[in-house]
Amino acid sequence: MSNVAPVAVQPVPCGGMARLVGRRVWDWVPAVVFLVLVIGLWQGLVVALHVQRFLLPKPSEIATTFWDNKHDLWSAGWFTFQEALGGFALGSSLAIVFALVLARWRFLGNALMPYAIAANAIPIIAFAPITNTWFSPLNKSSKIVIAAVLCFFPVLVNTLRGLTSVRPQDLELMHSYAAGQVQVFRRVRIPTALPFIFTGLKVATVLAMIGAVVGEYFGGAFNALGVVILDRARTFQFDYAWAGITMACLLGISLYVAVSVVERVALRWTPSTSD
Amino acid sequence: MTVVAVKDVSKQFGRGGTVALQGIDLEIAEREFVSLIGPSGCGKSTLLRIIGDLIQPSSGSVVVNGKPAREARIDRDYGIVFQDPVLYDWRTVGKNIALPLEMAGWPRRRRSERVREMLDLVELGGFGDHHPWQLSGGMQQRVSIARALSFDPALLLMDEPFGALDEMTRERLNLELLLIWERSGSTIVFVTHSISEAVFLSTRVVVMSPRPGRISDVIAIDLPQPRTATTREEPRFFELVTQVREALHLGREAESIA
Repeated sequence: MSNVAPVAVQPVPCGGMARLVGRRVWDWVPAVVFLVLVIGLWQGLVVALHVQRFLLPKPSEIATTFWDNKHDLWSAGWFTFQEALGGFALGSSLAIVFALVLARWRFLGNALMPYAIAANAIPIIAFAPITNTWFSPLNKSSKIVIAAVLCFFPVLVNTLRGLTSVRPQDLELMHSYAAGQVQVFRRVRIPTALPFIFTGLKVATVLAMIGAVVGEYFGGAFNALGVVILDRARTFQFDYAWAGITMACLLGISLYVAVSVVERVALRWTPSTSD
Repeated sequence: MTVVAVKDVSKQFGRGGTVALQGIDLEIAEREFVSLIGPSGCGKSTLLRIIGDLIQPSSGSVVVNGKPAREARIDRDYGIVFQDPVLYDWRTVGKNIALPLEMAGWPRRRRSERVREMLDLVELGGFGDHHPWQLSGGMQQRVSIARALSFDPALLLMDEPFGALDEMTRERLNLELLLIWERSGSTIVFVTHSISEAVFLSTRVVVMSPRPGRISDVIAIDLPQPRTATTREEPRFFELVTQVREALHLGREAESIA
């Protein structure tokens, strides 16, 4: 916060859907135009250059296949989405609790953080075959664990960073009120950390979906999106495989958007989200 | 009654580090308005923070409201205003003012009544639901003063509260602060590096000099109360400003001789 804020007293911004999304309809126009252009270009190039279907199907084919099989795709997607969501919830909540503990007892943080950072560099997805043998590939738990471990580190690192990037003067004020640690966390550290936590959570939504789908590539239930994509690609039904990937994208994006909306509501107070 | 009693306080930062304060003795009575003034590095902010038990003296003792500074802090005997308003962005203006009340366990209704009173006191009625970043720097500092006064502390510690503001805003807030001081009946310790501000506000000006930080002079300000905008134009005001300025220069000469 600057000492010399603008003199003007702005009205308190009011609510509404536009504010939740953070943009007006008009602001979306460039993005939509861009998407249409890219898909048009894709379609045009595939037709003009006679690209083989197994290399890259036409968007129109993918769309048709998607529409014709929307129920099967949805049911497979929903199965995988539950795994992703379970992993996201489990990994993120553990990470936040862990970060709170590490921030409260700094010596623990000093002892454990180097290992957490090192563990973050491990390609965790490589463990998917292992968790498949631990929980059986057909069980959702095996993918939930992979997704949870993937979500854990970005949320941990961001949350810890937020909890410890408190302004010294904010703590001094608390000290002048003879505040205990619980009060300091509740009234200063956690509110300060919230924007950081949401940054971590948004990264985690993407990773959760990746974890669930890729986990299924190593073996999963018959009706799982990753298995569907893999099987169709093996049997040269590439339009179907692409339709499955599209479903994975849509689900991943919706989880991301859901977290963003919660973020906007939770961080109403920040100057940057209200203009 | 003595509100603050500082006895032979010294402060050294680190072993063999700079001596921020040496042999400070100061007594402040109830309803006094005492300014600590001096060049940067004279330890005036350090002294204020020691009185507030935000840092510990290396030696000597501080008694606030008849008890050790630490106990006074735990009993929330003082309100503090920093140079930066230190408002929490995630709280509205009203909730920022209510912060010390929440921590003291005031019931919700009494809290909101009190917040309304405080907003009126600092002339920010109607701004309770705004967020700090929607206010100007001067308004933010008034919120910070309202927060410090909200729980009726006997003592108000102010660390260059208007240092970052422009001259016009500063003079207006000076007048407002005197009104608040009159109405609230509290004792104020005020750190500043502005001579005219110190003379205009205070009942006593404590002149400090650096290396090591010590009190070089204490000047009683006998300007009549209540002070108004015209006080700054009176001959006596200029005499006192000159007196403080000379005391500051004497302190600096003493330093260069030593």
